[in-house]
Amino acid sequence: MYAQMVKTEADRPRTLEEMDARERAFQERIDAGIKIEPKDWMPEGYRKTLIRQISQHAHSEIVGQLPEGNWIGRAPTLERKAILLAKVQDEAGHGLYLYCAAETLGVSRDALIDQLHSGKAKYSSIFNYPTLTWADIGAIGWLVDGAAIMNQVPLQRCSYGPYSRAMVRVCKEESFHQRQGYDITMKLARGTPGQKAMAQDALNRWWWPSLMMFGPPDADSVHSAQSMAWRVKLNSNDELRQKFVDQTVPQAEYLGLTVPDPDLTWNADKVGYDYGAIDWAEFFEVIKGNGPCNRERLAARVKAHEDGAWFRDGLMAHATKQAERKRDAAA
Amino acid sequence: MSSEWPLWEVFIRGQHGLSHRHVGSLHAPDAGMAVNNARDVYTRRNEGVSIWVVKATDITASAPGEKGPLFEPSNSKVYRHPTFFDIPEEVGPM
Repeated sequence: MYAQMVKTEADRPRTLEEMDARERAFQERIDAGIKIEPKDWMPEGYRKTLIRQISQHAHSEIVGQLPEGNWIGRAPTLERKAILLAKVQDEAGHGLYLYCAAETLGVSRDALIDQLHSGKAKYSSIFNYPTLTWADIGAIGWLVDGAAIMNQVPLQRCSYGPYSRAMVRVCKEESFHQRQGYDITMKLARGTPGQKAMAQDALNRWWWPSLMMFGPPDADSVHSAQSMAWRVKLNSNDELRQKFVDQTVPQAEYLGLTVPDPDLTWNADKVGYDYGAIDWAEFFEVIKGNGPCNRERLAARVKAHEDGAWFRDGLMAHATKQAERKRDAAA
Repeated sequence: MSSEWPLWEVFIRGQHGLSHRHVGSLHAPDAGMAVNNARDVYTRRNEGVSIWVVKATDITASAPGEKGPLFEPSNSKVYRHPTFFDIPEEVGPM
């Protein structure tokens, strides 16, 4: 997902009996569905896990602007360009909501951004794939944002107040993203044979990486149990992946496109699709930094940050000077 | 390393007649930029007709630990609610 394989520093959740009184009270609050707010006491592991998860989510929003930004200058019409600009601006906004939520846990945004730029913090594997054609912008909105929504909708009910509220705002805006992506894909699928082939090619390339977004299979997700006990994760990876497949396959069929999975079959017993094996070796390579665009993405982020430093400093210097002048005038 | 922009809390009036509500926070070098950034971050879809920004460090908050003693006085005064009083139906709406 936008946050994948978040470490929790615990192999298994502790039982209520193993906890001290304070931690037990905390866990019981979560079990009762009461939100945790920034100034409330919380176990160190909960705080650290949330910082990792929320900042990884924020980094994904910010890095996620890069593959789409690639097509702003080459959008096929002025209207498509304006829409894409608005969408990419939304992603910046989502990143900001999330950084602010993370900051309530006692970490500064600059420190989080440093962790991203030094490679210490991760962002979603999906943004390390290239956007080769305009159809990729359609596929990203439809599939990538579609997968993100699957995860973000339940997170609106997560236990940490600021994260849950940020998710509420994100979800309100995310639906526009998915629909604009489907709209692009639909136009292409109904266009010339060449345009339809382009849409099919984008689906071929983005399908499997989109399924990988949900993270490793449940059996290999060592940190899930603790995250779920803390209600910072509400559904398992496989559960959400299944939901995504079931929702998306009919949408592809409607467009007359073929999901690139020869093993995909309807399973009437489980009322869902059975899908083929995911290439987890590829996923772990991308996570390790060896995806098609890892180096390029990080370099672009670092360059943007460094190139803007003089401007940020200038604004701060101006603000300080103005404040001093005001103080002197008042004295 | 340059200094980090201060944190501002953002309050938006959604429509005329409603109060400003806290919507989140952001970083900005000064109040004017904070209002501009708040417009870009929190009102991209006509969510507001007015924006307040307050430096986060200027806010004093009650401590969650003091919740008991702080709010206890009002817990015990149910007579502050109109439903505490039974008014006979014959009297009519009141």
